[in-house]
Amino acid sequence: MNRFELDARNMLCPLPVIRAQERVATLAPGDVLEILCTDPGATNDIPAWCRINGHKVVAMRTEDRDIVITVEVGTGA
Amino acid sequence: MKTPRKAVALISRGLDSMLAARLILEQGILVEGINFFTGFCVEGHTHAIRDHHQQKPKRNNALWVAKQLGIKLHIIDVIEEYKDVVINPKHGYGANLNPCLDCKSFMVGKARQWMEQHAFDFVITGEVIGQRPKSQRRDTMPIVARESGAHDRLLRPLCAKLLPLTLPEREGWVDREQLLGIGGRSRKAQITLAARFGLSEYAQPAGGCCFLTDRQYSHKLADLWKTRGERRYDLDDIMLLKVGRHLRPRPYFKLIVARDEGECNFLNGYRRRLVHLFPTSHKGPLVLVNGDAHGEDLQLAARLTARFSQGRDTDEVSVTVCEMHGAEQVYKVRPMAPEEIPAHWYL
Repeated sequence: MNRFELDARNMLCPLPVIRAQERVATLAPGDVLEILCTDPGATNDIPAWCRINGHKVVAMRTEDRDIVITVEVGTGA
Repeated sequence: MKTPRKAVALISRGLDSMLAARLILEQGILVEGINFFTGFCVEGHTHAIRDHHQQKPKRNNALWVAKQLGIKLHIIDVIEEYKDVVINPKHGYGANLNPCLDCKSFMVGKARQWMEQHAFDFVITGEVIGQRPKSQRRDTMPIVARESGAHDRLLRPLCAKLLPLTLPEREGWVDREQLLGIGGRSRKAQITLAARFGLSEYAQPAGGCCFLTDRQYSHKLADLWKTRGERRYDLDDIMLLKVGRHLRPRPYFKLIVARDEGECNFLNGYRRRLVHLFPTSHKGPLVLVNGDAHGEDLQLAARLTARFSQGRDTDEVSVTVCEMHGAEQVYKVRPMAPEEIPAHWYL
């Protein structure tokens, strides 16, 4: 399992999801991707995208104005 | 066991594409959704930048639709390729800068490419004959099928019975009898079908998902091209056109004035790239300068900033101007009176 980070700050929907989708496509099942966003819509969209594509949101937290969403890549990637 | 046929469905966020995908899922076809991000898409989030739109759900409707349908969704960034559709539409524009027919052909064409790359069998859309004045007419639908390269692998489940047989129907992958023959602008059939499927919540019934159909947005885009001297844009240009009050006091610069805290937060992300102003003696908006403004222009920009501050009725407002290289200067200005602002400055 490897950890990766994606900076999607100052991007509006659906760009954080698109960038996450592109990045996840390069990762292996079990890898963890930490996505930094500022668009509050990402708190709905990234979990929704994960659910329909077989990935898992393992944590979500806010740091100042940043939202950090941690995704574990599923086998459906 | 027989491998199910596979269809890629254009999911546009509205009801029709949702129903089309649902009809095909009912026939045992494996369906995955595809959605294209052009940069001009109207989303709940875009509206939600503004404070008074905060009650709108902050979600991507295409993802929400896919979740309701239980299908995978692929959101594809087509910003760069889409520029040619907007700038040079072969079939021209609609009422505003909306190149609807070229756009539909482009999107079906991209879905067709995706279908080929992923070994899917056909493409489905939620198109209905007569639903849209430009891209969904009996005479334009064959153009979309031809120019997209999808030809008879393009199936429109909601109006298939009004159209010639397609490959999935001829081959028996789908049963034509279970497809529909909806035509015209009425939404009654779709709403009835939605109720049959138990779908009570869905996004806008039809259209309204693209900023290019908006008169004011198109006017701002036309202004951008005119003042730039060429029909060119990048993503930041078209994102900024969605936000704030735009005023062009001079041909070589315009101001983008945040209208509320939500827009201030969004425009804050551009502070390092653009000259910006904000009042310091009174509460007021963040204002971005788009273009080349110097000397007297900045004085004018400061007076306009003061006009939109809470000090608008006072004799003097202090406005800080931040240059791109980081230098700051405070201007003490008289707020501009409403009658001093020509109507044509507002875009």
